Amino acid sequence: MKMKGLSCGQIARKVIWTVFKYIILCFMSFVALLPLVSCVVTAFKTPEEYRDTNVMTMPGSWLYFDNFKVAWERAHMGRAFLNSAIVLTAVLIGSILFSSMLAYVLNRFRFRGNRLIRNLFLIASMIPGVAMQVTVYQIMYRLHLINSLPGYIILLMGTDVISIYIFLQFFDNLPKSLDESAILDGCTYFGVYFKILLPLLKPAIVTCMILKGVSTYNEYYMASLYLQDKNVLGVVSTALRVFTGPIGNQYNYICAGVIITMLPALIVFIIFQKQIYSGLANGSVKE
Amino acid sequence: MKKANKTAAANKPTNFQHWIHSLRGQQTLVTITFLSVPLILFFVFTCLPFLNMVQFSFFDMRYIGERTFVGFQNYIDIFTRDDILQSLKLALYYLGASVIQLSLALFLATVLSFKTKLGSLFKGCIFFPYLLCGIAVGFIFKFFFTQGFVLDTVLSWVGFRPGTLPMWLRNTAINNFSLAGTSIWRYTGECMVLFIGAIMSVDPNLYEAAEIDGANGINKFFHIILPSIKTIVVLNVILSVSGSISAFEPPYVITGGSFGTATYFVLMDRIAHVNLKVGLASAMAVVLLLIIILITAVQKGIFYFFLDEDEKGMTYRERRASLRRKSAAAVAKGVENS
Repeated sequence: MKMKGLSCGQIARKVIWTVFKYIILCFMSFVALLPLVSCVVTAFKTPEEYRDTNVMTMPGSWLYFDNFKVAWERAHMGRAFLNSAIVLTAVLIGSILFSSMLAYVLNRFRFRGNRLIRNLFLIASMIPGVAMQVTVYQIMYRLHLINSLPGYIILLMGTDVISIYIFLQFFDNLPKSLDESAILDGCTYFGVYFKILLPLLKPAIVTCMILKGVSTYNEYYMASLYLQDKNVLGVVSTALRVFTGPIGNQYNYICAGVIITMLPALIVFIIFQKQIYSGLANGSVKE
Repeated sequence: MKKANKTAAANKPTNFQHWIHSLRGQQTLVTITFLSVPLILFFVFTCLPFLNMVQFSFFDMRYIGERTFVGFQNYIDIFTRDDILQSLKLALYYLGASVIQLSLALFLATVLSFKTKLGSLFKGCIFFPYLLCGIAVGFIFKFFFTQGFVLDTVLSWVGFRPGTLPMWLRNTAINNFSLAGTSIWRYTGECMVLFIGAIMSVDPNLYEAAEIDGANGINKFFHIILPSIKTIVVLNVILSVSGSISAFEPPYVITGGSFGTATYFVLMDRIAHVNLKVGLASAMAVVLLLIIILITAVQKGIFYFFLDEDEKGMTYRERRASLRRKSAAAVAKGVENS
């Protein structure tokens, strides 16, 4: 902070502003973390502590993992994590592959339907997913894809418009001369795509993975609509549904369950913080 | 290609082989291969549902079985049914929440874009709620708002007496405020990160130049930062308008839409799957789409008339104003000369 050469009034203003700044920041962080901290605190309490003590008092021991065990079993979390991992991997691979292929063709080749396809996708990006589910449900029903993991995966791959825009934007930045020199060297278009362009697309792929990964992991409405057999087909987001209903008041177990589902997100966030921030900023600039 | 045409009559079998190895043939091959799967998926899961939606909205039907043609009756129902009208009014709560959210995000982004002690810690804390699963957020806040639990306890630390605090989720006067608050909690961090990204791209030399000219913090904000990021701010404003009508997860997960918290989408889901009135739900979806198209048209209009700048850096308004000035000057000159 530059203090020299400032009058008393200016120093006072700087100090007040700094104090104000940090108060607001601390308050906002407190508000952001309060609900989470209260969950963590509750998850470690024994049933007696939960019943008798006030919500915000610390648990007797931080090593009481019983609630977590109960939550894990009741919500079939092992199965849920496995299913989530399968869905996430399949959707990410499929989504990145198909979107980049689509973007490649739309960007590099001129053919009759090009403009039309781009505009169709533009219109499709304006439609909120939840609104479409009314009729998509019937289509899924006719195709017998309800209550099956592959069906859910196909659905998630088919309703993916953001990735296409990310890749389209990125392809604009890759010069066509790269393609042309490769073709002159005798490469086929397939070769150009797989050997040259795909490696160069890494930043866009990372952005895509983050955005699509977050939205797939967090997807609750479509998962609960189409994966109805909770015991076998639950994913992490629907696994917690088992806590609604008659045992809806045992918050020590519920909080333990919530913490378990939160952990992967927390770990990924701590490791990939910078990529998440830049990926979000890049992916949000829609045309 | 000409060679292939000439030899077409004489050499039919190899014509296709010729073509497939030619440039045009290769291009077509790649186009078809790469486009097939995404386009099929897109058609089945986006185009077809949309067409069906428009079609269903004119019928009274369930998912399977008979259906009867009712014309525009569904649309009339939308504007006369109490619950649907109520759900549209709820969008206003979420709109207000978006205003608070954007202002907070803008303020925090400005503060955190410059050197702040523990800056990334604060950024991380405020952003983290965005990464949580919708249902996890729902349970967290169910726990938070239950009477006698977290919120009430914290308020009692600052002096509110526990007995006087309302039931946050049942009291119909305030439960929508509570749910809108959940939305603010969840998305302020994301907006903040977007704004930080935009503010970081402002040229730092501008700040130094402004300081030399005697600008203080507030001046710098309104005259340097705000104009540079106006595109992304307006974009977020427009997105949040359509987002408030589409508000779905907070009421769906926390209260299930009871006690008067059912927003438009929650109602649509209930009408489609519980009341089994697929036609009415489809009509609701079509109306929503029209609203969103309207909002997007307004957005494009705002961008074209107020914000888009051509090569000389002038917006449409400025161009018109300068044209007017020029023609006025020309008239004045003409008057002088004659």
